[in-house]
Amino acid sequence: MEPLLLPDIHNYHKIDVYESHGGYQMLRKALAMKPEAVTDEVKKSGLRGRGGACFPTGLKWSFMPKQTDKPKYLCVNGDESEPGTFKDRQIFEHNPHLLIEGTIIACYAMGITTAYLYVRGEYVQWIRMMQKAVDDAYAKGYVGQNILGSGFSTNFYLHRGAGAYICGEESSLMNSIEGERGYPRVKPPFPAQFGLWGCPTTINNVETIANVPVILQLGAEAYAKIGAPKHPGPILVGVSGHVNKPGVYEMPTGVLLTEIVNTYAGGVPGNKKIKAVIPGGSSTMILRGDGIEGVTMDADGLKAAGSSVGTAGMIVMDEDTDLIRVITRIAGFYHHESCGQCTPCREGTGWMHKILRRFENRQATAADIDLLLDVANNIEGNTICALGDAAAWPVQSMIKQFREEFEKCTAQPALTRPAVAVEAAV
Amino acid sequence: MLSETSLKRIEDLKGRYQHPQSVILEALWMWQDEHGWISEDGMKFIAGTLGIPFHHVYGVVTFYTMFNRAPVGKHKIEVCTNISCMLRGSDRILRHLHQRLKIAPGETTADKKFSLIEAECLGSCGTAPMMQIGDEYYENLDETKVDKILKDLK
Repeated sequence: MEPLLLPDIHNYHKIDVYESHGGYQMLRKALAMKPEAVTDEVKKSGLRGRGGACFPTGLKWSFMPKQTDKPKYLCVNGDESEPGTFKDRQIFEHNPHLLIEGTIIACYAMGITTAYLYVRGEYVQWIRMMQKAVDDAYAKGYVGQNILGSGFSTNFYLHRGAGAYICGEESSLMNSIEGERGYPRVKPPFPAQFGLWGCPTTINNVETIANVPVILQLGAEAYAKIGAPKHPGPILVGVSGHVNKPGVYEMPTGVLLTEIVNTYAGGVPGNKKIKAVIPGGSSTMILRGDGIEGVTMDADGLKAAGSSVGTAGMIVMDEDTDLIRVITRIAGFYHHESCGQCTPCREGTGWMHKILRRFENRQATAADIDLLLDVANNIEGNTICALGDAAAWPVQSMIKQFREEFEKCTAQPALTRPAVAVEAAV
Repeated sequence: MLSETSLKRIEDLKGRYQHPQSVILEALWMWQDEHGWISEDGMKFIAGTLGIPFHHVYGVVTFYTMFNRAPVGKHKIEVCTNISCMLRGSDRILRHLHQRLKIAPGETTADKKFSLIEAECLGSCGTAPMMQIGDEYYENLDETKVDKILKDLK
């Protein structure tokens, strides 16, 4: 498949080069259509969100009220903080104008006059790149007042975060833009009714929005034929961990996980066996390496295998990996990132990390396996936002898939580790 | 205090939002850039500039991990140790920095030149292991590369 999101064209991030390859023509096309017709195209294309939840994008757009006295907002989610995920960064760097074009088309479709692009605070260099692209797009009249003489106006602002994983959760992101602590909100009301400052708001991931001009370019029907029928389109898969060529690869949905590892990412160093794969960022359920044969990178394929697409940030672990260390590190991450609003998550993530540290130090007992599972089960589904589930799933699935690794630990003599954490590293 | 340029920028940014409170993160970034860390005086100043209560600014500062609530070294070295980096040797990088700088994560060298921090995933999983120093990312690290980076930092 020819890359559609990250084409291999020199200096494509520059507005002149982007224009010379047909850039911003889809914005012209959209502005000549009725706004509802644009939403219909996106609906018909079958595009599903690329931020983790795979929600149908056109359907989400259609939730925005048509008649309202309030201003409407679009938030483009570039918080990209899920461990194993580094794809939106490629769009900021290599194809920023596709993102801007998609944003303005989305605004037009929903009658939105202000869009915010929320970027994680650490991405300073990428914020600079995006800001340059936005400034150039303003200067050429693709953003701002009376866009291309259509009478439609919309502003596009960058908003820099400051280091909080939870702000990638849509309602936290809105609170963060409002200048609050990044706490998730109780839903309902959903953002389309009560979003930023109580106004109708849509939140879409960066990669999702970047797909919008592609849909208009190919036409919804042709787009829907790319990849997996129920989850179509190009997808950016980030491969990291034990592979020869880690990186972000664009491919149609529905590619075999084995092909992603062996063909795209060049296989496992030393031709070692794959022990485990996390298919879509650290919060997705872990899969056994010997069970990934035939599993595909799309919503249905991964659901059938007992996991999910998430952000398509795939982490590969070879046969020598200490999975107890892996899960302890993941649990430590969620403990650190829990916002603290809901008791099950605030307390439970800490308890899970504490119990897992006992396994790591070979101080756990057989009863600790069920205790750990009990804590995870009591976080799942009992919190305002999905961070609780995201913390529980890796632990639950690790025990389900690799219980023997936990049992092995309980039989070994306790390790004494030096006080300084770095010395403890194997 | 903030520079005239920053104060003007804050005024400009207020127009982008329904409420000036939305400029809080950007104002805190400006304060941190100019002063190196965010003191309670800084928070009071920003509260005054945006017309919001001090306790609100305090709540926001303490929520986001990138704001320094105490002075840090001239170069803040943050090593990602999350799984993708861990699988590709972030332990070695952290241990090497520990041996070179003689400080543990969370500490600052006596000459106030370096602070060492263990960071969560920074979105460089395909170029792991990595570290961030100030605004810059340093990727595909090994011990030799780290030595060169340290040497080049003034």
